[in-house]
Amino acid sequence: MRVALFITCFNDTLFPDTGKALVTVLERLGHVVDFPAAQTCCGQAHINTGYRRDAVPLMRRFVDVFAGAEAVVAPSASCAGTIRDLYPALANETGDASLAAAVRETGARTWEFTEFLVRRLGVTDVGAYFPHRVTYHPTCHSLRVLRVGDAPERLLRAVRGLDYVPLPQGDECCGFGGTFAVKNADTSVAMLGDKLRAVQATKAEVCVAADNSCLMHIGGALHRQRAGIRIAHIAQVLASTESERLA
Amino acid sequence: MSDDARAAMLARIRRAIADGAPRHGAHGVSAHDDAPALVRGVPLDAATCIARLVHRVEEYRAHVEVTTHDALPAAIAARVAMRGARTLVIPADLPVAWRPAGVALREDHALDVATLDAVDGVITGCRLAIAETGTIVLDGGAAQGRRAISLLPDWHCCVVFASQVVGDVPDAVRALAAAGSLSRPQTWISGPSATSDIELDRVEGVHGPRTLEVLVVRDARRQGAASSVIAAATGRPPASAA
Amino acid sequence: MTGIGTRPGRPLPRFEALAPARLDDAQLRRNLGKATATIRGKRQTVVDELPHWEALREEGRAAKAAVLAELDVRLEQLEARVRAAGGQVHWAPTAADATRIVGDIAARHAAREVIKVKSITTDEIRLNEALAARGIVATETDLAELIIQLAGEPSSHILVPAIHKNRSEIRELFVARLGQGDLTDEPRALAGAARRHLRAKFLSVPMAVSGANFAVAETGAVCVVESEGNGRMCLTLPRVLVTVMGIEKVVASWDDLGTMLQLLPRSSTGERMNPYTSIWTGVTPGDGPEEFHLVLLDNGRTQVLADSVGRQALQCIRCSACLNVCPVYERTGGHAYASVYPGPIGAILTPQLLGVEQADSLPYASTLCGACYDVCPVKINIPEVLVHLRGRAVERQAAGAGTHPYPRLERLAMRLAAWAFGSTTRYTLATRVARVALRLLGGGGAVTRLPGYGARWTAVRDLPPPPAQSFRDWWDART
Ligand code: SF4
Repeated sequence: MRVALFITCFNDTLFPDTGKALVTVLERLGHVVDFPAAQTCCGQAHINTGYRRDAVPLMRRFVDVFAGAEAVVAPSASCAGTIRDLYPALANETGDASLAAAVRETGARTWEFTEFLVRRLGVTDVGAYFPHRVTYHPTCHSLRVLRVGDAPERLLRAVRGLDYVPLPQGDECCGFGGTFAVKNADTSVAMLGDKLRAVQATKAEVCVAADNSCLMHIGGALHRQRAGIRIAHIAQVLASTESERLA
Repeated sequence: MSDDARAAMLARIRRAIADGAPRHGAHGVSAHDDAPALVRGVPLDAATCIARLVHRVEEYRAHVEVTTHDALPAAIAARVAMRGARTLVIPADLPVAWRPAGVALREDHALDVATLDAVDGVITGCRLAIAETGTIVLDGGAAQGRRAISLLPDWHCCVVFASQVVGDVPDAVRALAAAGSLSRPQTWISGPSATSDIELDRVEGVHGPRTLEVLVVRDARRQGAASSVIAAATGRPPASAA
Repeated sequence: MTGIGTRPGRPLPRFEALAPARLDDAQLRRNLGKATATIRGKRQTVVDELPHWEALREEGRAAKAAVLAELDVRLEQLEARVRAAGGQVHWAPTAADATRIVGDIAARHAAREVIKVKSITTDEIRLNEALAARGIVATETDLAELIIQLAGEPSSHILVPAIHKNRSEIRELFVARLGQGDLTDEPRALAGAARRHLRAKFLSVPMAVSGANFAVAETGAVCVVESEGNGRMCLTLPRVLVTVMGIEKVVASWDDLGTMLQLLPRSSTGERMNPYTSIWTGVTPGDGPEEFHLVLLDNGRTQVLADSVGRQALQCIRCSACLNVCPVYERTGGHAYASVYPGPIGAILTPQLLGVEQADSLPYASTLCGACYDVCPVKINIPEVLVHLRGRAVERQAAGAGTHPYPRLERLAMRLAAWAFGSTTRYTLATRVARVALRLLGGGGAVTRLPGYGARWTAVRDLPPPPAQSFRDWWDART
């Protein structure tokens, strides 16, 4: 299959290793990976902060850039969720029926990375090796917007050498919430504190998730506290092999 | 003046909904879709129905006892004795067989609230009972009396016939409609009075009766009108007919 | 003052300003954490028991959505049926109209005191204050309402207004204010104290005021769902009963009522059924009040109804499940919302009732985690409405309205970002500048201190050192 990566502005700029890991895994599984160079940002932060009109050109751009791609795969549940869950209403607001139709059609081809592997490709064992104790934080958008279910856990459990520890109260929000982390910094920290306690209780070495944004929030505090637990995008774990450690 | 208010509110509502079929949630389901048949749980057979009622009422920490038509008077007398009740209020049409001996019985003919507050308990029947939720429904009909008499006394003993037990809430609504009860004052009772206001945990015993006793009469002796009404309304045989 | 009713024309204090003091209240955090965990567990147990729960939710949503789409017809039908059954119906466009109607009824009966069964709608219209201004005492009879009335505190939860108080605090309050000295902190003993305290009032006060959970258009029946029996007392014993009901509480049919009675108790108190549900139609000679008044309240609801996305908030059956699962509510409690409607439902209802510029911090008091949507028994898509209202808040801010502390700066930043992301060249440049800036700030290592609003991030979190190469650069170099 030809897979078009939507790498997301955030990962492109700050977490390129995540994108590299996606390429590694998809190519290992025998797929051809494209990176349409005209892509920029889906506009999630604009829509979620209320700047809907400013997001419309970004939505149009997204639809154009990925027109005709067989599958669009993103390493972020919240960005994939933006395409599938937020774009339709925004497109309706423009009154442009062809845009609304194109948005819906694009959404049907857009996947978050782990759900793409498990649901679309039917793969759970991607041939990875990662001899570490790992816990997984299911981000809210992966759970409750995209409904990826246990896809990420099934992928992790199939990794050789990996010691998987479920995260207590895993389905509770970490407190990131995009601009929430700054607008409501105090409440965000109160939520983060409980998430950190849960992560630390697992005695894991690595905390993984399917979204680098929540991970930056959790990992940023783990680092500040010198907790000795590192973070990695789940793709980095799945890309790792005996010969190459990518997380 | 109040006609103006009425007209103004209705006009505002009409303007607000003038956009036709509203969007609902993310799914865009039309509000004008014909309502599908009611969502229902798994139908219960008669024995399960009674067993579930008993279990569910017990979970509210009410006393429940399954008895027979012939044993009912003794069962009532035993509960009254256990309670140590000396004066009871009863609806004026309470069957004679349910009236325990050896206690003062006050038939309710518009008794004042002070009297109702002073008695030790009340005995009533009910319109129906709902197995799934452990609920008894009173509608002021036969053997039930007005609402106040089952409210003020601290002890309420309620007789339920197996033929009056329906499976779940939709069954109850249909049965109430069939019995012509929809416009009667109804009280749905699920266990003794309780509160969840302290730390969101349920504790029994606030303003309503603090003790509820339910006597379920298992055999089909006193049936007839009520049970056939329920069967017709719910399309299922009454619980005790099987 | 009990209850932070919403005063028209005065904006609410911002959520983020009220939250910190609540977050620091260790007793509150403990009480709320314990109570919400208890109720979440109970709800899950009784919901899991019904294999058709999801279908029931859809049935509930559809029933409420349908009645809102024909609200005018259903209210007229309700009015006709209530009148035919001997009740009186009043239409109240505003809170002031409603309180005047209730006050006039009390005056006509020379009532100096009324007993009330908990009604968030009467909190919304600040009925108790309005009655007090006419010399009429309103006594709350719900245990939780009594607790906060005695404590002189506002409600912090739509179902359990005193959720922020634990048993010892309640005992101390009862000892001090009810003079019940030998009280233990056993919940049963505390409930008994309330029973003793209110009994005489139930037997003597001539007029009661209630809210309504539902009213059935097809027959004119009104339904109140409760636990303690104070509702039954108020609805049955006084000579005069006045029920104040938001217009969105009407349901079309008894079948719909049946649906609601399956959804509500399991969602709200985690019970298969609440202890008492009272349903009455007009007046029944010889049983209950001799006079029944139904007050139909608008007070902003038609404004909500006019918003095609926001109107789903009117489907709410006030179960409070969304509060109990909300990770924000669980930590800040209800008072940070400064409204009688706190939590996720408050965050979408209050700004719509008041006008979004009056409460424009509330739509942002959420991470959009979606836990509320999953539990809502009538499937209100709360995150969808939150995002929609954020859009409206920004529109109002652009017009100079609202309470946002730095609207222009935020607008500029958002505009700039959207402009930069509008071309690949600008995007590449902007992200390169960002990486260079982070490298300078972090001195090559983790960034521990950001300037400006970024400081709120780095107050407790580091940023990882920025990568030398973007993904895009890597990809270009690779091919
Ligand atoms: S919004 Fe839904 S979950 Fe929240 S109180 Fe209303 S009905 Fe309950």
